[in-house]
Amino acid sequence: MNIIEIRDLVKIYESEEIRVTAVDHIDLAFEKGEFTAVVGPSGSGKTTFLNLVGGLDRPSSGRVIIDGVDLWSLRPREIIDFRLHNIGFVFQAYNLLPVLTALENVEFIMHLQGRPKEERQRRATELLRAVGLGDRLHSRPSRLSGGQQQRVAVARALASRPKFILADEPTANLDSHATENLLNIMERLNREEGTTFIFSTHDARVVKKARRVITLEDGKVIADQRK
Amino acid sequence: MLIAVSWRNIWRNRVRSLVVITAITLGIMAGIFSTAFMRGMMEQRMDTAIRTEISNLRVQDSLFRKTSELRYFIPGGTGLAGRLDTLPHVAGCSPRIVVQAMISSAESGTGVTLTGVMPQEERRVTDVAEKLIEGEYLTGVRRNPVLISKKLADKLDIHLRSRVVITLQDLHKDLTAAAFRVVGIYRTTNTSWDETHVFVRYDDLRRLTSLPPEAAHVLAIRTDDDRFTPELQERIRSLAPGLEVLTWKEISPELTYISAAMDQYMYLFIAIILLALLFGIINTMLMVILERRKEIGMLLAIGMSRTRIYLMIILETVMLTMAGGVSGVLFGTLLAKHFEHHYIDLSMFGKGLEQLGYNTLVHTHIDLAMLINVTLMVMLTGILAALYPAWKAIRYDPAEALRTE
Repeated sequence: MNIIEIRDLVKIYESEEIRVTAVDHIDLAFEKGEFTAVVGPSGSGKTTFLNLVGGLDRPSSGRVIIDGVDLWSLRPREIIDFRLHNIGFVFQAYNLLPVLTALENVEFIMHLQGRPKEERQRRATELLRAVGLGDRLHSRPSRLSGGQQQRVAVARALASRPKFILADEPTANLDSHATENLLNIMERLNREEGTTFIFSTHDARVVKKARRVITLEDGKVIADQRK
Repeated sequence: MLIAVSWRNIWRNRVRSLVVITAITLGIMAGIFSTAFMRGMMEQRMDTAIRTEISNLRVQDSLFRKTSELRYFIPGGTGLAGRLDTLPHVAGCSPRIVVQAMISSAESGTGVTLTGVMPQEERRVTDVAEKLIEGEYLTGVRRNPVLISKKLADKLDIHLRSRVVITLQDLHKDLTAAAFRVVGIYRTTNTSWDETHVFVRYDDLRRLTSLPPEAAHVLAIRTDDDRFTPELQERIRSLAPGLEVLTWKEISPELTYISAAMDQYMYLFIAIILLALLFGIINTMLMVILERRKEIGMLLAIGMSRTRIYLMIILETVMLTMAGGVSGVLFGTLLAKHFEHHYIDLSMFGKGLEQLGYNTLVHTHIDLAMLINVTLMVMLTGILAALYPAWKAIRYDPAEALRTE
């Protein structure tokens, strides 16, 4: 069953002097439980593609249908709310709130969803334990390594019980040990809990773990391989 | 949780926040202290006006107030004063004869308001007796003692025990004069008033003016608490029909006007301080949201509504402003409280202030309503300062903001 359907998606950036087609007529579908890597050289449109699927950037044309909902037919306020309840994000630079502890960072998104405090704390603790940070619950991001921060970001993305997680170059700032660790955790969550992951990446180790690899070039899909 | 996030955000850049908080603290502290100082000065002026010059209530013939003519006296005034003296909340009632007269020494002469008082009764109404710097209060000689101010003594070049001649028109409009001996010299904080007010004994002046026994022009009444003044005014009106009963506010309305105007000026002064601080806070918050652009993009991306982000920036700004505001109110109050009990000496500006009737030893006066109003003004400043930065923050495009390096 398709969880995401992308139909004839186009994104053109226009300025007075230049016109760039960052995403060029892409048609794709993603099923629940996929572990997909979107690869391609710099400027191939990976980040723009993820931003369009994640409702962060408005397409020039085409549709993104998530679980039967045409994302870009929603009003801006509804899109933010849709993201809160349906899409998890992991960013290259972790983007945790520096003033909150690991536990509070994971809790925060559930707070935005209006979940009760007990549930928030229980789930945030469980998720941080699942990503191997059970002993760093009360540490602020500045006291955590890059790999640990990215694991907190994964726990945060999972906390809202999203339909899928979009991860934009999640391992780009990590060393090989932290990358291996993070990939193992995400793969386990994917296999055991059926969490759908879509990554953009340059990293061969991520590509190796992915079960589907979509290759972009100049905003077009030039390959879509399933392992 | 939003409150906790906002509060912790303030302390992300401690130095910057402390600079803003210190600026607000100093501004508010100065505002509160100045207000307390001006209010203290005004209250002292009003207190002096009531205790020394006006008293809380006055009973008189309305024509006497308008014309100051001798013939508009209250017949049986001293008897009425005795009856009013027994009313509840009346601390004292002093019958007075009041005449415009000329006082002359060997050197000089000047026009004055001559008041004939019964020393015992007058002491319970006004505090001129406590302002004596030399001599005694209308005692010490059997006939015609007179009490004058230091300012007038200097003007007439006379001293204690000097003789002066007082000339006036009696009830029959005949010019009459008598010699008086200076038995006391007083000095209040209002030198203009001092220069024109001379006191003699009631009996001496009644004889000189040929007024009938028990006649009085003014019955000056002191209440034990000014809050009872309006109530007593009504009571006395019913006891003394046909006479005018006026409170100090009606006799000297300019005092209350000045006090009210001073309050408004002080609020305006604080508003100007806050306006200056407002731009500083806006500038700080604009820097804050610019620095946190990526973070705000992330919050929008993960699904934090623009309303919540707006609220977060407002909360952060209000908390930052209130941190300074509360400490400013606290330190301003402590400073003002200290000077409630320790006088501020303004004697270097003494002459000018005393001419206007103000004491040169000022103590501050602070009241709760003012502190509440200032706190609310600070809070309002925080909200106003937050509006533009918060509006800028929610206009960020999440995808663009996330690309910020």
